[in-house]
Amino acid sequence: MPIKHLEEYRDPAIARKIVEQITFAGQKPIRLMEVCGTHTMSIFKHGIRGLLPETISLLSGQGCPVCVTAQNEINSFIRLSRFDDVIITTFGDLIKVPGADSSLEKERADGRDIRIVYSTFDALKVAQKNPLKKVVFLGVGFETTAPTIAASIRSAVEMKLDNYFVFCAHKLLPPALAFLMEAKGTKIDGFILPGHVSVIIGIKAYLPFFEHYQTPCVIAGFEPVDILQAVNMLVVQIKTNQPKLSNAYQRAVTFNGNQKAQNIMNDVFETTDARWRGIGTIPQSGLKIRDEFAICDASKMFEINMTASSDPKGCACGEILTGQKIPTDCLLYRKACTPETPIGPCMVSSEGTCAAFYRYHPM
Amino acid sequence: MCLAIPSKIVKIENHMATIDVDGVKREASLLLLDEPKVGDYVIVHAGFAIHKIDEADALESLKLLREAVSISFEKKP
Repeated sequence: MPIKHLEEYRDPAIARKIVEQITFAGQKPIRLMEVCGTHTMSIFKHGIRGLLPETISLLSGQGCPVCVTAQNEINSFIRLSRFDDVIITTFGDLIKVPGADSSLEKERADGRDIRIVYSTFDALKVAQKNPLKKVVFLGVGFETTAPTIAASIRSAVEMKLDNYFVFCAHKLLPPALAFLMEAKGTKIDGFILPGHVSVIIGIKAYLPFFEHYQTPCVIAGFEPVDILQAVNMLVVQIKTNQPKLSNAYQRAVTFNGNQKAQNIMNDVFETTDARWRGIGTIPQSGLKIRDEFAICDASKMFEINMTASSDPKGCACGEILTGQKIPTDCLLYRKACTPETPIGPCMVSSEGTCAAFYRYHPM
Repeated sequence: MCLAIPSKIVKIENHMATIDVDGVKREASLLLLDEPKVGDYVIVHAGFAIHKIDEADALESLKLLREAVSISFEKKP
């Protein structure tokens, strides 16, 4: 019978053995950070923190796409939704994030046309069906989502669709890792590297970072055994003082990554400085649409007037995303800021550290 | 949100696949994959198949994981 690549990585017997190995090896305090929203969720969902010795701290970094989207970008999305001839298409989490004076959810309640889609191809279909409207897709996320959005832009050009636009707010992961290593007050002994970002960019994309910082790094899948195995490998690397760039998600991640996806991404986008929420600008850590595809670039085709805007007062998202605080350190957490009335994006997105803490962490 | 469960391609038509995700049928674009075929297990992100799982590699890495766990476990003092 063919394997389904799933149950095997939920095997309690293997998980137990790995936990025993980690407990045996992990006697000194170690701080590990994951930088993927799905890892954050999986660690909470499977109770992985509770399985590990108290010496091992698992921190959640900048892995949730919505959580790192800058406030001025959120404000721009809201302004775009107010154009009479615009239909906004977006992935779901974004619509609840509060901007300076509204949210996409509030705008939708006020009658703006804002639609949640499953993929960029659904957004293209909306554009085909509504030729008199301008359909804007809100492009947030990392290297995993970027090629799917690049593919939609190329398809729109090939289909001669002149009413499909993308507002590109994509971020790149490797520059964020370097930022974390340099950030004051942040101490990370090893990184659990993301699964699907790595499927696209491959192990090679982390080499410059690893060679510069010599910090233990392990790419992990999303099942409990995947994550435990990555923690185990990191603990051994740290204990033996032999940092490596390792891959614990071999069934999905290769050295070169998905070349086809990288090519389409490079065809449509170029790197640019990007502002990360609560953190500030990280050089060459974002993507923008190349000039040859400017007719699809919402930031060029609409008068949005992007203004600088500060993050909500009292919100500790920035410190949480860099591992300096945990949600319970934030004065707003569970008081003013809850999943029903989120103030910062880490509480809005189901993948956000604060929302995951709220759901799984005891009071 | 990454869809962690690999999906099986059950039908292909014009660069679009019908995929089976643990019993649920969905559509996925194949524009980012080379030579996908029916029966392949793929990893899907935001409606796009982004990786084809090599069955032999997957079995090999699972075998290595099981061996690593039991060997180093038994070596423990």
